[in-house]
Parts: sequence; C-alpha cells; structure tokens
Amino acid sequence: MSDLIRKSASEQAELLRTGQVSSVELTQAHLDRTAAVDGDVHSYLHVGPEAALAAAADIDRRRAAGEQLHQLAGLPIAVKDNLTTTDAPTTSGSKILEGWVPPYDATVVAKLRAAGMPILGKTNLDEFAMGSSTEFSAYGPSKNPWDLGRIPGGSGGGSSSVVASFQAPLAIGSDTGGSIRYPAFVTGTVGAKPTYGAVSRYGLIALASSLDQVGPVSRNVLDSALLQDVIAGHDPHDSTSLPESLGSMAEAAKKLDVKGMRIGVIKQLNGEGFAAGVSARFNESLQLLQQAGAEIVEVDCPSFEYAIAAYYLILPAEASSNLAKFDSVRFGLRVTPEGTPTIERVMAATREAGFGPEVKRRIILGTYALSSGYYDAYYGSAQKVRTLIQRDFDAAFAKADVLVSPTAPSVAFKFGEKLDDPLAMYLNDIATIPANLAGIPGIAVPNGLAEENMPSGIQFLAPAREDARLYQVGATLEKLHEDVWGKRMIDFAPELQEAR
Amino acid sequence: MSEITPDLVRHLANLARIDVNENEVALFADQLNLIVDSVAAIKDAVAGDVPATSHPIAMANVFREDVIEPSLTQEQALSGAADSADGRFRVHAILDEE
Repeated sequence: MSDLIRKSASEQAELLRTGQVSSVELTQAHLDRTAAVDGDVHSYLHVGPEAALAAAADIDRRRAAGEQLHQLAGLPIAVKDNLTTTDAPTTSGSKILEGWVPPYDATVVAKLRAAGMPILGKTNLDEFAMGSSTEFSAYGPSKNPWDLGRIPGGSGGGSSSVVASFQAPLAIGSDTGGSIRYPAFVTGTVGAKPTYGAVSRYGLIALASSLDQVGPVSRNVLDSALLQDVIAGHDPHDSTSLPESLGSMAEAAKKLDVKGMRIGVIKQLNGEGFAAGVSARFNESLQLLQQAGAEIVEVDCPSFEYAIAAYYLILPAEASSNLAKFDSVRFGLRVTPEGTPTIERVMAATREAGFGPEVKRRIILGTYALSSGYYDAYYGSAQKVRTLIQRDFDAAFAKADVLVSPTAPSVAFKFGEKLDDPLAMYLNDIATIPANLAGIPGIAVPNGLAEENMPSGIQFLAPAREDARLYQVGATLEKLHEDVWGKRMIDFAPELQEAR
Repeated sequence: MSEITPDLVRHLANLARIDVNENEVALFADQLNLIVDSVAAIKDAVAGDVPATSHPIAMANVFREDVIEPSLTQEQALSGAADSADGRFRVHAILDEE
C-alpha cells in the first residue's frame, strides 16, 4: 500500500495544494488500492474510475492554470449508494433499483463536484438503509477491515469500510438511527450526524424523512469537519433545510481545548447492557477529558427507555409511506405476472421480487402502525415519546455543554449472528437513536480497542445547531488518545492482504 | 402476546402491495408479534397531555419565490421508466375486466 493513501484527508489535500501530488495520481492510488482489496472488503457497489480520473484531470488542469480552487479540490471521495448520481447507478442496496441511473444529482453530490472532489464510487448499504450490518444489502455484505469475518456496521458499512481500508480518504454517509455512527464505532473511524436540516437531503433516497440526515465519514475528526463544511448549507430543494449557517466545523476541530467544558454522562447509556471492554475504554476517556480540564457531570434521561420502541414505530411508518414510490411505474424494476394483470398485481409482484426481507418486514410493520384503530396507540404514542426525549435533552443540556456515551453496546459481531433476530439487531442502535428522534447532532470518535481486540467508540451529542462543539471535543479527545497511544487508532488495524 | 395473525399479515401485505408467500406470512407473523410486543410498553410511557412531535426541528410554511427554474425534461423524467409511450408512463390496466 502506498504511504500516500494512509495519510489523512487534510494531509492529502495539503499535498495537492502544494503541488507535491496531482489529483490524478492521488485518485489512481486509491483506485489501485480498491483493485487490491475490495474483492475481499466489498465496500463498493459501483466503482467509477473513468469519471473519477476525468474529474481529477480537470482539477489538475485548472490548478496548473492558476485557478483559485476549493481547499479540498482534487481529493477523491466515496458516496453512499442512496444518494443520486447522474454518472453512476444508484441502487440504495436494493434489487428494485438495480441499474437505475438517476436523471439528477443529489445536492450533496453537486456540492462535492463543485468543490472539485472526484467521486470514486458508490458504497454498499443495507437495503434502503434498513440494518446495522450491511447483511441486508441485496448485493452481499461489506466486511470489517479489522476482521473480515465481522460486520462493518450498518447501514453505512460500505462508507465505514471504504475509509477504514484506505480505499478513500473520505466518504458520505446517511444516519437515520445511527447508520453513520455505528459503522464508525465498529471500524475505528469517525462519523458525524449533523443537526437535522444542516445538510440537504435532496437526492437522498428517503428512509424516514423526520429522522434522516446526511453526514461525513472519515479517519479523523478534522477530516469529517472539513467535509461537513463542504456539504452543509441551505438548499431550497429541501423544505427541512435550515436557513442559517452553523459556522465552520474545521475551525472548531482545530480548537484542541476542553477546559471548563461541561460534559454530561448519560446515566441510561452506560453500565448495564454495555460490554465491559467498551465501558472500560469509555471511562478511561472520561478521565482523560477531566484531566484536560473538562467538568464531568451525570445527566438523567429517563425517557430514553422508550427510544427504541418509538423509533421502531416511527421509522417503519415513515418508510412504508416513502417506499410506496417503488411501484414499477416511474423507475426501477417491473415484474409482470402471467395473463392480463392489473397494475395493482404488477406492483405487488414487483415489490415481492424487488424488496428483501427486512424491507418487507418494516413496510408491513409500518402499515400496521399507521392503520385505523392502532394509529393512536402506536404511531401517536411514539410521537409523544419524541417530545419526552426532547425534554430530557433540554434538561440535560441545561447542565452540560455536550453529552457523552459509548456509541454502541458491543464490538462488531460476526456475520449471521443476529440475522434472524430483528430485535437483537435493533439493540445496536440504543445509544444512537435518541439524537435522531430529537434532531440533534452527534459524532462518533474512535475510543480504543475493546473485546477481542476490536475497535470501540465514544459518542458526543450537542444541542441542535451546536455541531461545532462536537468537533472541538472530538478532536481534543482524539489528540489526547494519540498522545497516549503514540499513533492513530486506525494504525492498530491489521494490514489487509492485497491481491496481485 | 399481540394480535398479529397470519390473516392480518396477508391483509397488511395486500395494503402495502407486496405479494407474500405462506412461508413469509408465517415468519413475518412470528417476528412482527415479537416486535409489536417489545414496543407495546410505549402506550404506558405517555400519559395525559404530552404533545406529539412529528419533526424534530419544526418549520412551517417554507415557500420560495414563484419563478421558473430549470427542471427535468420529459425525456429525463421518463428515462427510468419500465415502459413509456407518447411522452407518458405506460402502465397495465387500472381496473380488471369485471
């Protein structure tokens, strides 16, 4: 593996700016790495070398001509396959969209192109982002680069594994209940879910519209901050887009200081139910932060007990509505039964053939939760729980500037372990879901090795619109860790076998 | 134990326009019963006058100026369709013969 691609995104961007490497060289180095390892890791559903190299050559030409470029211009990136791209198929991990090339770019994709960032390819995910392991991808799972027998997290296991295996310096993810942060936790990488509305969702294939948010995936905190700065901002195409700017995340990530910061440990997301190693690393990090001048307080969020229940009613309800658009008419698969079927029979046969088991399960559950006679008891109650969770957060943020918990209860599990047990799978999201229900930002930062020498992570949460606090505390903890370890978290990962 | 019977699964799947076979009906009935039982406690979590939250950051009346902006051409809009004719999406009969 070339040393070049082991560098952070900000270091690679610096080499581009100073002319020590060209974008074509850098893009090719990442494509070479993909050719060498992605047969095993399977981060990508689609790799687009021609489009990526053409974009890279264009940036090199413009740089040579003296044009003023974006600070990340020429830096290649991978994009989760639930964001539309006009030059690459977009499947959202589903057979129902196999081969579909969208007629428009997602706003986030358009922003990457405008910044001059070559798009290497589209990363794998659980079908329509429903899952925690990529095992529900219709195209087979991605693997965890730390141990190819284990899951890379989900739904964004393609984006987490692509940066963890040095196939891309940065990636885009989406987070509905933890789909950026849980994969970061299990792969020793960084991922952030911005405040709801901070990043446009135009062109994101919707899962649950009141929960979905697009965000950055990287190997360190500053890199995610730089990427959030590229993709954030108001978009008139998304009616939930925040009109105001949240400021520079990169500047926040350079403030390596937590003196006087009040950090609230969420009582309900610690201790019981969390693996011993995960908890031990978590407590060590609290000590590091305290030694660095932070004030550690405990906060009580009693309604979190109901967060998973609320989430698994709201999400299927919204998903059953959002996925109604896959009707065999405007895009995607059409399966026509024998004889002279009506359109209803064509739709039902198409959706039978095109959706996998988890998607069917959740659509049927959502249809149930929204049906007459059950709506108030289930969907109505879930929406009220959402209010209670927001109130818990409000009370907690009166006592603390940021909140903290382990990102998830236990390290990456092995393939197949939870596949037939939806409830066990859903528990992976216990610590990440509350932020989506409340619309607040969260960041997952590597937090040392736990059980079976696998990575663990720590999650910080901030009030809505205060994303900058996450990058400041996240970057500070990362620096404290690196001072202790003498290297980066990702440097503990074993070398992957490269195909020749 | 909750009330998700095989018949209810068939009914819900029909409402959602998804054909399901008998194996799926049995499997989904079992799994959905477990899921519904596990979320049932939510009914006890909210007593009285807690307001509902539909969106985490509430925004109302998001308007834009009424000006023409670039949009998809008819050809682009039809580009992903399984079948089209005369610039329109072509579908099977909406009503059956009876």
